[in-house]
Order: sequence, then structure tokens, then C-alpha cells
Amino acid sequence: MAVTEGTSRIGDLGRWAGLSEADLLAMYRIVLLARALDERMWILNRAGRIPFVISGQGHEGAQVGVTWALQRGHDWIAPFYRSIATCLTFGMTAREIMLAQFAKANDPSSGGRQMPGHYGHPAHNILSVSSPVGTQILHAAGIALAAKLRRTGQVAMTFMGEGASNQGDVHEALNFVGIHKLPMILVVENNGYAISVPASRECAVEDVAVRAAGYNMPGVVVDGTDVVACYRVAREAVDRARRGEGGTFIEAKVTRLTAHSSDDQQTKYRSPEELEAQRARDPLPIFRRQLVEAGILTPEIEERLAAEIRAEVDDATAYAEAQPDPTPESGAWWVTAEDVPPGPAGSGAAPSGAVSGGVSSASGAVASGGALGAVGQS
Amino acid sequence: MAVKTFIEAIREALAEEMRRDETVIVLGEDVGRKGGVFLATDGLWAEFGDDRVIDTPLTESMIVGASIGASVNGLRPVAEIQFADFIHPAFNQIVSEAARMRYRSNNGFHVPIVIRAPYGGGVHGALYHSQSVEAFFCHVPGLKVVVPSTPYDAKGLLKAAIRDEDPVLFFEHKKMYRSVRGEVPDEEYTIPLGRASVAHPGNQITVVAYGLMVHYALDAADRVAEEGISVEVVDLRTLRPLDRETLLGSVRKTGKCLVVYEDNRFGGYGAEVAAIVADEAFDYLDGPVMRVAGPDVPAVPYNHVLEDWFMPNPEKIAAAVRTLAAY
Repeated sequence: MAVTEGTSRIGDLGRWAGLSEADLLAMYRIVLLARALDERMWILNRAGRIPFVISGQGHEGAQVGVTWALQRGHDWIAPFYRSIATCLTFGMTAREIMLAQFAKANDPSSGGRQMPGHYGHPAHNILSVSSPVGTQILHAAGIALAAKLRRTGQVAMTFMGEGASNQGDVHEALNFVGIHKLPMILVVENNGYAISVPASRECAVEDVAVRAAGYNMPGVVVDGTDVVACYRVAREAVDRARRGEGGTFIEAKVTRLTAHSSDDQQTKYRSPEELEAQRARDPLPIFRRQLVEAGILTPEIEERLAAEIRAEVDDATAYAEAQPDPTPESGAWWVTAEDVPPGPAGSGAAPSGAVSGGVSSASGAVASGGALGAVGQS
Repeated sequence: MAVKTFIEAIREALAEEMRRDETVIVLGEDVGRKGGVFLATDGLWAEFGDDRVIDTPLTESMIVGASIGASVNGLRPVAEIQFADFIHPAFNQIVSEAARMRYRSNNGFHVPIVIRAPYGGGVHGALYHSQSVEAFFCHVPGLKVVVPSTPYDAKGLLKAAIRDEDPVLFFEHKKMYRSVRGEVPDEEYTIPLGRASVAHPGNQITVVAYGLMVHYALDAADRVAEEGISVEVVDLRTLRPLDRETLLGSVRKTGKCLVVYEDNRFGGYGAEVAAIVADEAFDYLDGPVMRVAGPDVPAVPYNHVLEDWFMPNPEKIAAAVRTLAAY
């Protein structure tokens, strides 16, 4: 297991990692956007306009850093319920995130069927999230298996918390990835809590990445408040995976700045001192300071970004809230392929992906199809 | 047309689908070089190689979970669970993930996988190599459940299952693998999921069965025919979706219905069949909807006396038919 060197010890922010100033600003913009959306979600919840929030605050820096290493539109992600910034980095828009909060008919994640936080987007290779934790690691292993057999050059990156790391599915997945050297990267966003239970009561080890040794793959611990360091470890993992050298277990140490969800009261199990101390682990001001000190983030840019993000979140909120709810009869659709909406050849079915708007992110030319035929998903 | 065993028909279906579609892969425990503990996949590894015939660790959840992932990225996995008794570690992946993927993503993703598993008792398999598990999965919307009874049906239904766009559980009664033979056409064919067949026509009592129990029901029908009782045996073939038309058509004709299943009686699949018949054919019934099923003990015991006590058989079915005929 390796502990990654922090960005602060290396001058020239980003350049050593192959990131341009434009990249860094685009990454920062997603961190800002994810935070602003998340804060808006809580306001909407407390105002009684959405029933539930599950939050990614404190995780955004790690999420943007690692996800930036992938090729959008080519690679795959199997996220979890805190993956707002991950999904934004991989192609989802603010409007699409807000459609999930309001559970509207044109929500690309689920058409309003799932709780908020259960994102998914077929057009962006973002696999649908469920609630049982850790199941998606097996899906990512299977995606990676298909990528290897079909020789697509794709990498599957999957995300979870340290609480999920104790699930049997995770062990089964990593073992399989290790045996077949599959192009899969597991990112554990270790925020120290599984709802109310501290990591010391969940895991027999302090760094869950040490478990990687049992799967014959590298395990890397990285400071999840250090966006560029997160990018760098993910970049190395992606390169390894593309070279056919197998999986990587990345553990990003993050903090959970909010309660587990809108139905949780974390002051019951976290002291005021602890919560105050955790504010210092907020990746947003840390990344901001790095960018300011590097001379990349100027007051003019900050002002522009703030205005843009405010407008984007306002637009996303207003847009999503105004969209129609699903119709009652649509509840019976899409149990199987035969359960189609009425009408000529199921023409009423517009499953997903029609919302416009975008965030800049990692680029990606799509590699050619491989030995085992074309992709079969709609 | 050649006469083949049940397991030969399964093997042919797999090989032909793998030749037809290079995205079809097989994975499971011992499915590779050994060809499976029952030899259902014998010869596939030699023909298709390591990439497409994958020996997995003893990790049933992984077998299904990785199949789900592989299916959303362009493959059509046929997963083998070595015995249906060992499918339970994969229950969450089947029920929470495979079955719900299309629904929860509003048709954004779907999971075209087949999960094959040998099931059933009467083979001295005891508690953990004899179970019938179909009821657990028939309860779950989003899953299709197939239980063939003849080599012809097994081949045609397995090919249809592999081509289906949704997850299909395909249960093969292990006692039939080598004991049941039947004609299988040389030419290509499939049998659509969701269609029952009338295995034996009759007009006084409908016996509804699937898998091995179809053969026992046919045997029972022969026995009572000598006594002048005419039995129609309906082979459901696919349990979900259920062919209500064939089921109800037969019961409306005969006016009496006996459901036979090997699983535990309480809450078994036959209970749903009985409920549907009661709901939708009540006006036609001349007697109670009856069941012959396994007793409500945890599973099939090993000792042959106990195993015989557990298993439905032609005698038990014939006895129930006589009781029902007397109404």
C-alpha cells in the first residue's frame, strides 16, 4: 500500500500531473457546482419541496479528482449515492441532478422512480445506483470483464464508502478483478462514518486500502481534500488498467460535512468539536486556496464563476421543479422489455438523456469495438 | 430428428448460441475444463476457450453480479449456479439488481442474462442438493422463470432465454438430465417464453405441473385412465410470465384442477396457480383446487425412506386425482 505524496509539497500546481490551468479551473467549477447544488437540495428539503436529500458535501474534491482521469463517453462508472460531483464530472448536468431531486418524469436517472442520489445515465455510461451498498463493485467488475473480452480499452471505475467495504460482494469482486487483471478501479471515499458508526467500529484496519494486498493489486491512500493528488493516483490507475495490468484500490480520506441524510441528526453521535475540526477538511476552500496561490484563480474568475453557478443552480431548480411528474399508469412500464407504454410501437417511451446543458470534463475519443461484437445497450 | 437426453439438449443450445452470437459467454463453478459437475457445459471450453467459458471462484454473488455488469457492457452471460441450493448468496444480486435494473433506470439499462441452475430432489441429494427454489424468484417482477420438462423444450426455451432482453432463471431438474430422452429437431428453432403446452389431452381433470412433475403427472394420468378418469396435463414450461390462457382454458374445460409441485407446499408456486384458478375460473369449478406438493419440512432428507416420503410421485398424484374425481 502506498500513501500518495500531497500536492502542497510540489510546486507548480497541476502541471506535473499533466493538468492545464483550464483543466484545473474546470475541475474547480465542478466542485463549486456540486457544492452549490447540494446546498440547494438541503434548502429545498427543509422548505418541504423535496422529501429527501443524501449529500456529497466533503467528498467533491476526491470525486472530481479521480473521475477526471477517465475518458468521458468511453469509460464506465458505477457510482454510489454520494456521487454528485462524480456524475457531474462524467457528463450529467445540474438540471439532470435536480430532476432526480424532484423525481420528475424526465429524470434521466430513473424517471422519478428512485430516491434522490440514485443517479444513472445510459448515454454517459453511468450505471444506475441501487441502495444495497457494495453491489455495484461486482457490476463494475463485470463491465471490466466485458471491456477486456471485447477489447474495447474501457476502464470501469466504481465508488463506495468505507462502510460498504465490509460487504462480501466487495471481496468477491476484488478477488475476481485480481485473478483476471480486469481494468477496474475501486475508489473508497472514506469519510469515517457508516451513518453513525465510526470507522473504528466498522473496519479492523485504519486504511482499508491495505486489503488490496489480498487481491494482488495496488492499494493507494490519498488525501481526498487534495484534488490534484486524487487525479494523479487515478491517472496512474487508469494507465495501469489500460495497459492490461489490472485493478487498483484507491482510498480517498474525506470528510462528511453533513448528516448522513436529511433524515439523520449527526450531532447525536459527533461532538461539536469534531464537527468544527472537520470543517478544516473541506476540500472546497483547500482547492480554492491552492488555485489562488498558484495564480490560476483570480478575483475576476472567481466572481464570474460564482455568478455562473448561482445562475446554473437557479435554472436547474426552476427547470426541474416545473417538469411534469410521471403519470400513474407509467408505474407499470418497463418491468421487462414487454411492458411498453401504449401507442404505436411504444412510441411514448423516451427513457432518458434528453436534457441539455453541460460541464467541461475529461475528454475522450472512443476506442474501436473489440473482438466480441458491438455494445448491446439502448 | 434425433433422440437426445435432456442434458444433451441443454449443451447443444449453449453451443449453438455461442456459435451464433460471439457476445454469449458462459461462467460458473467448474464449467470450464471439467464441463460442469453434470457436464452441461462439456466441450464448450475446448471450442470457445478461456475468454468465453470462465471458471469462477466459489462466489455465487459474483457470478451473477459480474454477469449483470458484463451484460450492460455488451455481453450476454449465461451464468451457471452449480446447484439451485447454492443460489441464495446471489439472491440480492438477482432480486435487488438484475430484476430491477430496467425498472429503476426507467428503461435506461437492462440485463440480458440467463442464470441456469440444476434443481430438484429424488437423487439422494439431501437438504443442500435437492431444493426447488422457483417460488422465491417467481415472486419477483422483472424476472422470468423457466422450468422445462423435455429435451425439445429445454433446447428451444434455453435459446429463447439467451436471446431475451431481460434476466431469465432457467431451472433444470437434475434427475432428468440423463433419464429423460426425447426427439430434438436438427434444424434451428426456439420456443417463446411464456407459453404452456398441453402434454396430455383429457377432459375431466386438469393436472398442472412443470419440470420433473410433468413426467410424474403423465404417469399418473396413464394409471387413472385405466379407471376411466380422463386427465389433461398442462406443462407450464415458463412459470413467469405464466400462460394464463392455456391454464384457464384447460380448467374451464375440465372443471377440476390439481396443481403438482415438488417445492414445499406452503407458499409454493402452485399456491399462486391455485389462487388464479380460483379467481378467474370459479364459475367453472366442480371441486376444490387441490395440490400435491412437498411437505413443509426445511428440505429433502437424505435417507431413501425419508426422501420417498418427501417427494411427490405418480402414486401420490394418482391418489389426489381419484379424490378430486370423486367430487
